[in-house]
Amino acid sequence: MNGPVSGAYRELVRVTGAESIGPYTLLRVSAGGIEPGTPGQFFMLHPPGHVLPRPMSLCLVEAGDLCFLIDAIGPGTRALCDLEPGDHLHVFGPLGNGFDLTVPRPLIVGGGIGVAPFPYLIQALGEVPAILGFRSAHHAEAAALIPGADVVLDPVLVTSLLPEEPYDVLACGPEPMLEAVRQRVPEAQLAWEAPMACGYGACYGCVVEIDGRLQRLCVAGPVLRAA
Amino acid sequence: MSAPLLNGSGCLDALTAPDVAAQFDAFVTKTITPQSREGNPPVRIAETEAGMLNSIGLQGPGIEVFLADTLPRLAAQHLPIWVSVGGFSAADFGGICELLDGRRDIDVIELNLSCPNVDEAPESSAQIVAACRASTVKPLYAKLSPSLSDIAESARAVVAAGADGLTLVNTLRGMALDSATLRPKLARGFGGYSGPALKPVALACVSACARAVDVPIVGLGGVWSGQDALELIAAGASVVSLGTVLFSDPTAPNRIRMELEAESAARGYADPLDARGAANS
Repeated sequence: MNGPVSGAYRELVRVTGAESIGPYTLLRVSAGGIEPGTPGQFFMLHPPGHVLPRPMSLCLVEAGDLCFLIDAIGPGTRALCDLEPGDHLHVFGPLGNGFDLTVPRPLIVGGGIGVAPFPYLIQALGEVPAILGFRSAHHAEAAALIPGADVVLDPVLVTSLLPEEPYDVLACGPEPMLEAVRQRVPEAQLAWEAPMACGYGACYGCVVEIDGRLQRLCVAGPVLRAA
Repeated sequence: MSAPLLNGSGCLDALTAPDVAAQFDAFVTKTITPQSREGNPPVRIAETEAGMLNSIGLQGPGIEVFLADTLPRLAAQHLPIWVSVGGFSAADFGGICELLDGRRDIDVIELNLSCPNVDEAPESSAQIVAACRASTVKPLYAKLSPSLSDIAESARAVVAAGADGLTLVNTLRGMALDSATLRPKLARGFGGYSGPALKPVALACVSACARAVDVPIVGLGGVWSGQDALELIAAGASVVSLGTVLFSDPTAPNRIRMELEAESAARGYADPLDARGAANS
């Protein structure tokens, strides 16, 4: 059985490339039979030698490859960034709920490693205005993946560039940024992250407070309405 | 008749992943408590070198909502249902068993006597089993902790109190620290340790209990392959459960079932259960 969870497949895929973008790594794998899904959905990438996979949103689809932008923040993500062309790993997805793309005036807002889902989002939506924040010029090299984006560096906040006129905000970034966007734009779509063991509702590890109670982000999200 | 495979309680939601549940011979629910529980605050999980920690804390809707809402939807999946029962006193356990007793869509009650993430009931495991035995005629399985100082003695006590079978083992209490801050990774500080590191512990517990009592044993703890499952059977298990491996690989049940058949055949066993207790003679 290859499709244990609705629409999601798990497959051993081959690494076709790994390149540095600022402090991040863009990992390319052959898609095999795995569908790219909706922007904002995520995939479980299993670092070889580790017990658990790691959730990653899809960054780009290029020439039959799925590309993931990864920040090496611990042993698991470091093992993923250390993969080399020809290596293999298990990928399972797409999982969760992505962005609602039926919005008339999309505006991308994000920062840091949270920019990861935006290139694929732009592939789906076409040219979209974007406001991105980074903690340093080195980190901001990732903005090259989102051509035409307005970029601010710490301590300037992305919310300082939010336009007054109404936009349909699609956001992904660190929690304080998403909280600030939530305050300003109640109808924004926010892509959150949480540590996950399984990614498909089995472990109850990834709960976040939604509508006043702890719910599984992997099932209810990871994209949630701000209000 | 091959060795039945179950999911470990709290390691699968048959309603969100019915195609994973369908790979099993029965579905074991997340532990049901008398009242609804929000569970422990996040962060709830952390990977370690040879396993993982969880600190979920028995999040769930409580027995009333379970019976009215969850159970009918589970029953529609046509898998035998084992209900895992938890509580904070013998009266809690017994009360839930009484409510489950008349439900024809429940096959087995598993008593979670060993959750490392919540406060323990003041009574002994045997006293809790006795309270449940007085409340139901359903088969009762007692799920024991590998931390017990003499698990064989505990097994004898719960069987004498009326347990029909044993589930061995629950997680071990463990802790993981953030390498930079040296603070616990889990919000509650500690959690239940599971995964490959638990397998030798489970083998020892299953073996000790299989020598001590003559009841069916559900073996679980770090099963990642058919070889692991066969080893638990050799130690005395008649049913094998999969837990943490499901988080890593939702296709694991079918894979492990095929591997188990192949590993058994390679050793001349017509049925994997023919190897039961081979480690203990």
